[in-house]
Amino acid sequence: MKQKRVKFAFFLDLESAYKTLLRNKIRSFLTILGIIIGVGSVIATVSIGQGASEAIQNSINSMGSNLLIVLPGSSSLGGIHSGFGVLPTLTLNDVYAIRKLPAVKTDSGMLGMPQQVIWRGNNWSTLVNGANSSFTVIRDWPVAKGTFFSPEQVKSAANVAVIGNTAATELFGLIDPIGHIILIHNVPFTVIGLLSVKGFNAFGQDQDDTVVIPITTMMQKIAGTTWVHAIAVSSKSNKDTLRAQSEITALLRQRHRIPLHKPDDFFVRNLAELAETANSSANTFTILLASIAAVSLLVGGIGIMNIMLVSVTERTKEIGIRMAIGAKKSDILKQFLIESSVLSLFGGILGIGFGFGISSAITAFSPLKTIVTTEPIIISLAFSLCVGIFFGFYPAFKASRMNPVEALRYE
Amino acid sequence: MDNLNIPLIRLENIGMVYKIGDISYEVLKGINLVIENGEFVSIMGASGSGKSTLMNILGCLDKPTSGSYFLEGKDVSGLTSDELAEIRNKKIGFVFQGFNLIQRLSIIENVMLPLYYSGIHSKDAAEIAMEALRLVSLSEKENKFPNQISGGEQQRVAIARAIVNDAPIIMADEPTGNLDSVRGADVMNFFEKINAERGATIILVTHDRHIADYGKRLITVKDGVIISSDKK
Repeated sequence: MKQKRVKFAFFLDLESAYKTLLRNKIRSFLTILGIIIGVGSVIATVSIGQGASEAIQNSINSMGSNLLIVLPGSSSLGGIHSGFGVLPTLTLNDVYAIRKLPAVKTDSGMLGMPQQVIWRGNNWSTLVNGANSSFTVIRDWPVAKGTFFSPEQVKSAANVAVIGNTAATELFGLIDPIGHIILIHNVPFTVIGLLSVKGFNAFGQDQDDTVVIPITTMMQKIAGTTWVHAIAVSSKSNKDTLRAQSEITALLRQRHRIPLHKPDDFFVRNLAELAETANSSANTFTILLASIAAVSLLVGGIGIMNIMLVSVTERTKEIGIRMAIGAKKSDILKQFLIESSVLSLFGGILGIGFGFGISSAITAFSPLKTIVTTEPIIISLAFSLCVGIFFGFYPAFKASRMNPVEALRYE
Repeated sequence: MDNLNIPLIRLENIGMVYKIGDISYEVLKGINLVIENGEFVSIMGASGSGKSTLMNILGCLDKPTSGSYFLEGKDVSGLTSDELAEIRNKKIGFVFQGFNLIQRLSIIENVMLPLYYSGIHSKDAAEIAMEALRLVSLSEKENKFPNQISGGEQQRVAIARAIVNDAPIIMADEPTGNLDSVRGADVMNFFEKINAERGATIILVTHDRHIADYGKRLITVKDGVIISSDKK
């Protein structure tokens, strides 16, 4: 005996729907084109948004891990408010006191100023940063070559420098800078290390265009001050950031002897806040784009309804036959609903492929970064299935209400 | 109740009125008819006589506007369309003039369709459908499609589909209308065989005297009333 074509009921329904749709390949394709474009553009736009928010996250993370920044306060004398960082309120002793707080891993005083740096015949204007030896930990920025300066070198205000990649290239070209003597503000420094490449920060600054020297050397020999521009603090973990923030506030208020009714003479800035703000604006943009794309899914649904109505009319006779041999209203309804669902789901699957295509094309041919996540894929698949059921319902309902006698007479 | 005393089909004063706009057409006027289990009845009449309407009512495809229809003793004239669908599925098999097979489905899938609507799926359904196809000598063509076989064969597939659910009633509406006389006779022989071997009641609607002669009782319809009912 030949092999019989045996199927389970649901697969029979699915196969029947599939066969029907294949009979009109071009029509089926044109019908689901709206869904394909809709799902594709939802996935592509969301992938752009995801890519943008990850890029923002990365560049913020590149500034350092669990980073808090303490800035000196603004003065408000006689009602005139000046900006951040003009008051000489933060000292190296503050730095060492903050370091002992329980939620703080380590910290570093920061004092930066642009300086002309000279090596033999070359000179280059770069940002010279004074820092503690914990700089590499706080900024999550290891040296690529040589060593960073030690706590002892900071204590003794040694004339040593660690050079950023851009500054090194400008001054030394292809020559290995380690061991050479450079002049900063006419003071000779021995280059002991080369920082690894960090790239640009969230504000578009080239972080590699720098020379880092001990904070003590910076204060005594270059800037001639007793205070620092900022204190960079690394909390113990991501969760400890807020705790560190309040500990620092309490400590500095106490150290600076600020009475209860007076405002702080410093600011503690948390990079997580900055990241959140940047992310939320990226998300708003993504939602806006995705909802425009979702409208085309609805338009695709209307296309499905249109074709299903035509299909129901064309197959009046078949509906009559099915009713004559015992199909109930619900059977006919189910048949056409499955058909429109298969149609829209298939459109959804092709749309996912289309979306992947668009987003990889964007990555390949533009500077934008895209990330396709599973969330928009699942949501848009579910949405296209809903569109198929919703817009397929009226045609299916119409089919199920046919009079079998009249349907059988239809030619 | 004793089943033997209840006729398979009893029509009591069946009337059918169609309204088109303001004009009413009385297509059936007080039809009374009894058909016993196992009969082979031919219903004859010219077109417009009301025989097709009568067949639609007998086949539970349509509801009469007046009167009562008792099928196996149960009044079916007031049932909902889904209840009628279930009766058509279980009790009545249809064979139409234009074969009315679904072109997209293979022969065996067409035959399996009534089983599908009565909730029998998978392997059992295929076995039962093969049995029905063997009865009309078409078990070799199970995987062919309707457009790959001849008209006579298509009509035999329709017969297989009509009997697959063991329906006690087979309604045939001009079953040979689209066939030549040789193929037509072939198809009619299968109806005789089903009537004799399976005890199915055959109700044959035709305007062809020659075909009507296969029946053991001839009912003639004219202008919406039965004018004669002769047993042979």
